[in-house]
Amino acid sequence: MANPKSAYSVSTKKEKSDKHIIVVWVDNEAGVLARVVGLFSGRGYNIESLAVAEVDAKKNISRITIVTTGTPQVIDQIKLQLRKLVPVHKVADFKRNDKSVIFKEMALFKVVGNSNKIKKAINACKKYNAVILDKTKKSNVIQITALRREIDKMSKNLKKFGLVSVSRTGAVAMTRGDKVFN
Amino acid sequence: MSKLYSGAEVVFKCLEDQGVEFIFGYPGGAVLPIYDELKNHSSIKHILVRHEQGAGHAAEGYARSSGKPGVVLVTSGPGATNVVTALTDAYMDSVPLVCISGQVPTHLIGTDAFQECDTTGITRPCTKHNWLVKDIKDLSKTLHEAFRVATTGRPGPVLVDIPKDIQFAKISYSKPKIQKKLNGKSLNIFSQKDIDNLIDLMNKSKKPIFYSGGGVINSGPEASESLRELVQLTGFPITSTLQGLGAYPGDDNQFLGMLGMHGTYEANNAMHDCDLLINIGARFDDRITGKIDEFSPNSKKVHIDIDPSSINKIIKVDLALVGDVNDVLKGINKTLKSKKIDLNKSNKQKISKWWEQIQKWRTKNSLNFKNSDENIKPQHAVQRLYELTKDKDTFITTEVGQHQMWAAQHYKFNKPNRWMTSGGLGTMGYGLPAAVGVQIAHPKKLVIDIAGEASVLMTMQEMSTAVQYNLPIKIFILNNQYMGMVRQWQELLHEKNYSESYSEALPDFIKLAEAYGCKGIMADKPSELDEKIKEMVQFDGPVIFDCRVDPNENCFPMIPSGKPHNQMILGPSEKEENKITGKGKALV
Repeated sequence: MANPKSAYSVSTKKEKSDKHIIVVWVDNEAGVLARVVGLFSGRGYNIESLAVAEVDAKKNISRITIVTTGTPQVIDQIKLQLRKLVPVHKVADFKRNDKSVIFKEMALFKVVGNSNKIKKAINACKKYNAVILDKTKKSNVIQITALRREIDKMSKNLKKFGLVSVSRTGAVAMTRGDKVFN
Repeated sequence: MSKLYSGAEVVFKCLEDQGVEFIFGYPGGAVLPIYDELKNHSSIKHILVRHEQGAGHAAEGYARSSGKPGVVLVTSGPGATNVVTALTDAYMDSVPLVCISGQVPTHLIGTDAFQECDTTGITRPCTKHNWLVKDIKDLSKTLHEAFRVATTGRPGPVLVDIPKDIQFAKISYSKPKIQKKLNGKSLNIFSQKDIDNLIDLMNKSKKPIFYSGGGVINSGPEASESLRELVQLTGFPITSTLQGLGAYPGDDNQFLGMLGMHGTYEANNAMHDCDLLINIGARFDDRITGKIDEFSPNSKKVHIDIDPSSINKIIKVDLALVGDVNDVLKGINKTLKSKKIDLNKSNKQKISKWWEQIQKWRTKNSLNFKNSDENIKPQHAVQRLYELTKDKDTFITTEVGQHQMWAAQHYKFNKPNRWMTSGGLGTMGYGLPAAVGVQIAHPKKLVIDIAGEASVLMTMQEMSTAVQYNLPIKIFILNNQYMGMVRQWQELLHEKNYSESYSEALPDFIKLAEAYGCKGIMADKPSELDEKIKEMVQFDGPVIFDCRVDPNENCFPMIPSGKPHNQMILGPSEKEENKITGKGKALV
C-alpha cells in the first residue's frame, strides 16, 4: 500500500507494512458496523478479518476487532479516522507480533467419512482445544480455537480426512495480565 | 401533564432553540407534516429552491458567509439523493450543514415504498454523522445533537432522516440546556510547550513561510485578526490556499498570493525553498503539494489544525498543534508579546535575504497575461470587476474551472467569509445557488457569482429562486464557449483533442435572463466592459452578465501534474519544454 495517500504520491520511499489488530468500542446502534467498515473500504484500507458483538448490554457497547495491514502512517490514519466517528468510544491498536496480547480465532469443521477418518481428524485437531459439537455415524462437527495460520493449516490438512465444510470467525484479542486496553 | 407536540412541531421547536432563521428546502410527500407546520413559526423563513442540490449549495453559501450552520429540508427518495452532491461538497470543504430529510413511515421502511431510499446509507460517507429517527422520543435530542456535531470541531454536514409517522407522533418538549460551543477548549490538545517549540523554530528560521487555509475562516473572524497580528509580529511572508483567501488581506505586501497548482510563482517557490513551513488550518491537499516526494524538501514543518486526523495524513510534520486555530494563534501571539520577542526586529537581518529572494521571484510577475484590445481577456475581466467593486463589501462565489482560478488569482480579498468556492469536491454549479444563500445572509451586500458558461447551466434554475425572493445576485459569466479547464488539460495532455469540451448550442443568456424575469447584459469588447460592469453593479435586481471572453486563453501559471513547486509553467510559450509526461499524465 502506498504510504502517504495523495494523487501526487508517486512514492519512492516505501515504509514497511505490518499486521495490526485494531479494537474499537462503539455504541451498539443500527448502522454502526457499516460506518466502521465503510470507513475502511472508502479510504482503501483492507480488512483481513472482523469480529463484532455486544460486550456490555447495560451500556450498550459493542466491541469490534479488526485485523488489518498497513504502514505506520496508514495505521495512524485508521485510528484517527475511527476516533472521529460519533458512536466510537475508544480505539486500541496492537501489532500482530505483540507478545503481551492474546489473539484467538475459532473454527468449525464438518468432517464426513468413516469412523477411521473421523478419528484421525479429531486427533489432528487435539492440540487446538478441540471440542466435538455434533456426532453421527458418518460425520462430526469439530470446534477448534487457534491462531489464523494454524486454522489455515488445519483446513488444508483435514481435507484428506473428509473435511466438507469450514466456518470460522475473525480474530478476537485480549491483553495478558491485569492490564486493560485504554 | 405538559403539552404534547407533534414531531413536526418538535422539529421547529428545535430549530427555534438553535436560532435558525432560514431553511433552504423543497417540499414533497414525506415532509408534508413539517411543511404544514411552517406557517406557525414566523421567526423561521423558508427559501424555496428549484432543485435540492440548489438547496444544499445555498445553505453552504449561507453558512460560509455568515458563520452559522445552514439548514436544508428535503423530502425522501429523490429529494435526499439530489442533495448528496451538496452534502459531499460541504464535507470536503468543512461547511456546517444540518440536512433534515423526510422518510417513508417506519412500517414501510425496507419495502421499496414509493420515494423510499436508504438515505442514511447513501449519505453515510458524505456526512460527519447521520441519524434515522425511529422513535419520537429521540427526535429533539437527535436534532440538537445534529447541530452540535455539525458545528463543533472541524465543521461539516450532518443529516437527520425523519419518517413521516414520526412527524405526526406526539410528544412533550422541553427546551434543552444548550451546551456552550465546544469549538474551543475540549478540542485543544496543544500545550504551551508546543507554542514555545514553535517560537523557537521561528527564532532560528532564516526562510520561514506561513501557509494558511480554510481553517482560519472556519475558526471565525477573530482568527483572521489573530493571523494578521501574528504575521505582523513576525514579519514572515504568508501564502494561502484557495479556501483561505481573505483571512489575510490580499493586497498586503507580506502576502505572496495563492499557492498550489495555479498559485503564484513567488508563493510556490517560497514553499519549495523555505526552511520553516507553518501550516495554519490547511490540509496539504494535492492541489497544494504537487509531487509529494519533492514537496518543500528542506523545511521543518509545523501543522496547526483542529482535526487530529489531518496531521501526518499526507505530509509528515515535525510539530503539530491540534486545536482551534484562533486559540492556537492567540496563544502564540500572547507568548511572543509576553516574552517581548519581536521577531520582526530581531529576525529582520536573518530573513532579509529571504525577502530579497522573494522579491526576485515577484519580478516574474507570474499572473501577467497579454491583454488585447479586440478580445476581452478573462483575467482582464476579473481585474476590472475587482477594481470596480473593491470599494464595496463584495461577496464572491464561483463555479468550478478556469474562471474560478482567475477569480482566485485576480480578485483580492481583504476580509474572511467573502469568498465562497467549491475547492475540495470541485462542484460545477456551486456558485449560483451559493450566491442565493450568501444574499439571504447579507441582503444589502453586493453578491457576485464569477461563473463559467458551462458550470452555471448546471444549476441555472436557481435564478427563479433569486427572482422569487428579490435577491439581487449578479451572475458574471466568463463565457469562452468551452469547459475551459477541460479544454486546457486536453491541450496540455491529449494533443489538443478537444473531446466534447465545446459548449455547443449555448442559450442566449440575455433572453434567458429575461425569461427568468431578471436583467441580461452582454459585453464582447474590452472598450465596453467597464461601463457594463457598472451597469450590472448599479442594477437593483438579479443580473446575468454574459461576458464573452477569448475562448483560447489558458490559466497560468500552472504546476503541471506530477511536478514539484519549483517547476511551474509560467505561460503559453513555456509549454513545450515542460511537457507533462509519464506518470504525471495519469494524475488528475
